[in-house]
This record gives sequence, structure tokens and C-alpha cells, in this order.
Amino acid sequence: MPNAPRTLFDKIWDEHRIASEDGFDLIWVDRHFVHEGSFHAFGKLDVSGHRVAHPELTFGIADHYVPSSRDGLEHDKEAAGMIRQLEDNALRHQLTYFGLDSTERGIVHVAAPEEGLTQPGLVIVCGDSHTSTHGAFGAIAMGIGASEVAHVLATQTLWQRRPNTMRIILSGRLDDCVTAKDLALYVINQIGTAGATGHAVEYAGEAVTALSMEARMTLCNMTIEAGARVGMVAPDATLLEWMRRTPRAPQGADWERAVAYWQSLCTDVGATFDREITLDATQVKPRVTWGTSPEQSVAIDESLPPAHDESLKTARSYMGLEECERLTGLAVDQVFIGSCTNSRLGDLREAARVLAGKRVKVPTLVVAGSNRVKTEAEAEGLAAVFLDAGARWGESGCSMCVAMNGDSVAPGLRCASTSNRNFPGRQGPGARTHLMSPAMAAAAALAGRIVDVRQSTREVAE
Amino acid sequence: MKPVVRVCDRPLLLLDENIDTDQIIPARFLRKPRTGGYQHFLLHDARFELDGTPRPDSPIPHDQPARRILLAGRNFGCGSSREGGVYAVVDYGIQVVISTAIADIFRGNAIRNGLLPIVLAQEQFTALVNHARQAPDAELEVDLEAMSLGYPGQPRQTFDIDAGSRHRLLNGLDDIGETLARRSEIDQFASRRRQSLPWIFPRQT
Ligand code: SF4
Repeated sequence: MPNAPRTLFDKIWDEHRIASEDGFDLIWVDRHFVHEGSFHAFGKLDVSGHRVAHPELTFGIADHYVPSSRDGLEHDKEAAGMIRQLEDNALRHQLTYFGLDSTERGIVHVAAPEEGLTQPGLVIVCGDSHTSTHGAFGAIAMGIGASEVAHVLATQTLWQRRPNTMRIILSGRLDDCVTAKDLALYVINQIGTAGATGHAVEYAGEAVTALSMEARMTLCNMTIEAGARVGMVAPDATLLEWMRRTPRAPQGADWERAVAYWQSLCTDVGATFDREITLDATQVKPRVTWGTSPEQSVAIDESLPPAHDESLKTARSYMGLEECERLTGLAVDQVFIGSCTNSRLGDLREAARVLAGKRVKVPTLVVAGSNRVKTEAEAEGLAAVFLDAGARWGESGCSMCVAMNGDSVAPGLRCASTSNRNFPGRQGPGARTHLMSPAMAAAAALAGRIVDVRQSTREVAE
Repeated sequence: MKPVVRVCDRPLLLLDENIDTDQIIPARFLRKPRTGGYQHFLLHDARFELDGTPRPDSPIPHDQPARRILLAGRNFGCGSSREGGVYAVVDYGIQVVISTAIADIFRGNAIRNGLLPIVLAQEQFTALVNHARQAPDAELEVDLEAMSLGYPGQPRQTFDIDAGSRHRLLNGLDDIGETLARRSEIDQFASRRRQSLPWIFPRQT
């Protein structure tokens, strides 16, 4: 059946398949990003004596170990060494490397889409699970391990089992003050952290098409927290608008050809998915996680679920919430606004809108996702809003999302964070993380407590 | 990488759900070279206090010799793609991880490092756990060749694993070598792609 209807995922996968064997497909990789963590992979390459097959398709970007203050590199020689090692490996193998202060550098999943390196129809991989972010552009983008990174470096291909397909339809429109972050937390809460394991997810429905590219990236970013390596949205006019402004978009006649191709990247009418679910986006409210898994979240005005089993009890006790019934009013020790989930210009604008003209009550760190976002936020006056409010404005990178670059949360302290993982120890040993949207985190910074941003903005208006 | 064929041992039980790779190996250890072994980092913050003293509530008893088979709660290995998670498990000595759900990226990393991932139905899994609790000295046998597992004197269970993963584990394969044998096929694919979708290949700047 040459013309059988196909899903977006199937179209791209089929186009990249070079061979099949034993239930694995050998697929071509169009873009490969490497960060500091790839040293194991380069090490493997060196031991086996292989060369990088297509250096022009691999890009080196430091993000995980980059401190949010530049003198951090003086204090942490090991972190500085990790960054230098990436640079050395990139230069030695003639990869494109974006230096620490170059416009193009930032968190891979923020910087590459801004650069126009992320494009529809591509297979994109990186040794980082949040590579799913790039699926917002109608690409198959997935996180891989170090052995696979070595394989891609040496061959520009990957052996993969073809995942099943799953469509998540989000019907209706999101309310005001409800963001893609809330939507993502809602989806994960509904299907569970293993809810989409083994699947490639396509998001569809009115709530999705209404999202900006930045918001779509937030949604696809968090797909891995529902167990799926791949989350995607089909290309449309919103995407074209974004692509047109990127420095590395196809030019001239190539642009016209690319657009025609991108427009063919959609799920055909009548195509079937292995699984399909529909959720009502009009029901979504601002959400906050209370536990140690991204699925453990509640709407801000809801009470916490009863701890009826051991694992819920463990989560509650780790979070110091044994007796707590609702999150509203819970005091936080600090606030982090950043990470590949929520550090784009749109996210910073949302946070700035809440913070404008006020003072934070607890230490607050705001970190742009990339050098470009940082410059734009400064030009637009957002950085001034953060600084005037008493927040710290850091150098771009992963920062307090992950405790490996100098920014972390001390044991037992409670952090309102716009990042993506509230695992035990994620932001530092014993750290307690509550995930939420940038607007909610900003509201928490002002109150020193978890509050409903809808109420706090209303009070201001009155 | 060492082939996995038949493994026999008393299983280690880590039955919490959603044990993510940040718990399996906290991020601060990821910068360490592999040469020193990653076994000490396995579940480090649950096993040790921040000052390095052993925790009394460690999920792995401190006086217990390493085990080769792990029975893990649902969604083991979720979260970060860090292969260091698998290194920690493998360097500790574990060769088989059995659960009712194993995260996709962890699973992919496992088969490339000689760690056999087995997913069982809840009922089968619970039976193994119960037996391990009732007879803590009994050795569970896992046979990848026959795709079966069981305790002595108990009926053997079969398990499913796809042919590609089984082949890689049984032979301890280096994928890169195999793939490079197809280099001309790959090159042809790349040049066809360059012709039909030229803009995909970045302009050299
Ligand atoms: S911001 Fe956090 S989740 Fe994103 S790539 Fe960096 S460490 Fe990973």
C-alpha cells in the first residue's frame, strides 16, 4: 500500500531508514549535538581509533557545567576542565564548536532551535533526554546514551527499535494564566511517568496549535517525563514564522523547497496510532508538583492526594509534607527560573510581568537559556526588571536545574523551580523541588510562599 | 563488552517505583573517569551520608556482597539519559535487571553495556519477589539463550526480548564495527539525501 495514510512520525522515520535487521532499524542522523557529558563517547572513539564520519553534522555546545557566574570557573577546576575537554574534542574532530561567550551558545535545547539548526523533518539526537524538545519543530528528536553518541560520531547513524506511535489530543483552549508548563504537568499527571514508555508522541488539538513555538518546546521537552523519548508537533504557520527569523534557515530557492517539504509533514487523515488519548485542555489550571516525580502534581487550588501507599509516603516525607494538605501558602526558601523547559524569551517575559515593580522575598535566580536570549532579555528591559526586583541574573546554562555546575539547593531547603525534574537529589542532595511555570515561580518569589498566580495578579489589578 | 548468557545469583531487591538515573548516580559523579569504576556511585546518596559514612537505611545492605541480578520497581531508570547510570549498575556487578517497566533510554544503554533488561508482567514479577523474600538464599537463574528464568524446583518462566537486543547481549557486540561494514550503503543514502533535500546539510560557515 504505497499511499496508505501515515503518521507524521512514520513519514520521517521511513525517510531515514537505511536498513533493518533483527527488529532494529538503522537510521540516518541529520543533526547531532554534543555537550560536556559526551567525554565518555569521545573516549570510546579514541580507544577504537574511529574518526568522526560527518563532522559537519555534529555541534558542540557547553551547557551542563557552565556556572551562572563567570568566576565560578575559577573555583571549580573540574567543571572548567569538563568544558575545555569538550572544546578540545570538538576541535580535534573538526566539529563546529560554539565558544562560551558566543551568541550561539546556551542550553542545547534552547540555543539550537534559535539558531535554526533545528528544522522540521530531521532526525536530531543528543546525549540528553530532553532532546525531545526539538520535536516541537516536527522533527524526530531523541535523547541517547554515550555508547550511542559514539556510534553516531563514528557512523552518523543509529540502530533503533521503532517505537510505537501515540497521539495525545488536547482539545479546547487553555485559560489565561495557564501555560504549556501547566499543560505538560497535567498530561504527565494523567498518564503517569511511564505512561508513554516505548512510544513516540504526537501532540495535536486546538490547545496545541494555539501554542507559540516556545510553548510547544516546553510541552515536547517534558514528554520524556511521561516516558516517551519523542514528542512532536506538526509544522504549521507558527513554525514558518519562527524558522524565517533564524540565522541558519534555508535561503532563497532552498527556502521555498524547504517550506513545500515541511508542509507535507503532517499526519494523514485516516492514519492510525498505536494509542490515542484525548484530554480536555480547558480543565487545566496552574499546577505545582508536591512529590518527587513529575507525575505528582496538583492544580494549585486542589488538596494533596492522600498518602495511601508506601511510595507516596516516602515522597511526602522526602518533601517534608507529611502533614500538609494543600500547597497554597507553603513557604519556599528560594526560587529558580530557568532550564531548557522554561528559559526562553517568552518564559522570561511571563516572569517579568509578575515581578515588575516589586521585590522578591526569597533568594531568586533567573538564568536565560542561551546567550542570545540573555542579550535579548537585556535589550528588552527584562533583566532590569529582575535585578530591580532583587533577583540574581545569571550567565546562560543549565544552572540550578541540575546540581553539577555550582548552583544547587542546600539539603532540606525548598525551591520553587521552573525546571523539569523534582527527583530526590536532583537540585542537590536532600533538596526539595516544586515544579511550576515561570509566572507561578515569580509569584512564589514575591510572596516567599507558593501562591496562585491568578490571585496574586488579580490583587495587583484591584 | 562482556557477553551475557546465563546468570545465577540471589537477587537484590530495589522495589521503589520510578528509581530515576539521578538517584542511580547523582550528577556530581558524572565527571569522574570510568577507569576507577562507578560501583561506589550506585545509589550513592541513599547508601551514604554526605560525609561518606554509610547510611543505616541504605537500600543495599552494606555488609552484603554484590549481587548480579536486580529486581527493580516499576519504571526503573527513568529520567536523565546519562549512561553513567548503567555504568554504576554494571560496575557494581549487576548483569540482569528485572522489572515491570524499564525506561526506554536506560534500556538502550543497558544492552550496549552487557546489562540484560527483562520486563515481566506484574504477576510474574510479584511471584519472583515473593520467592526472593521467602527463600533469601535461593539463587535465581536467568538464561538469555533459552529466554527463561526461574528458581530451582519452581516452574520456569519464559521472558520476551527482541531479537536485536538478544543478539547484541549474547555476542557482546560492538555496534560500530558492524555498522561500518555497511559504509557504502550509508554513503549512498547520504548522497541521495543531500541531493533531494540539500538545505538539510548545514552551510559551512
Ligand atoms: S536544563 Fe536541566 S534538563 Fe535541560 S539539558 Fe540542562 S540539565 Fe538537562
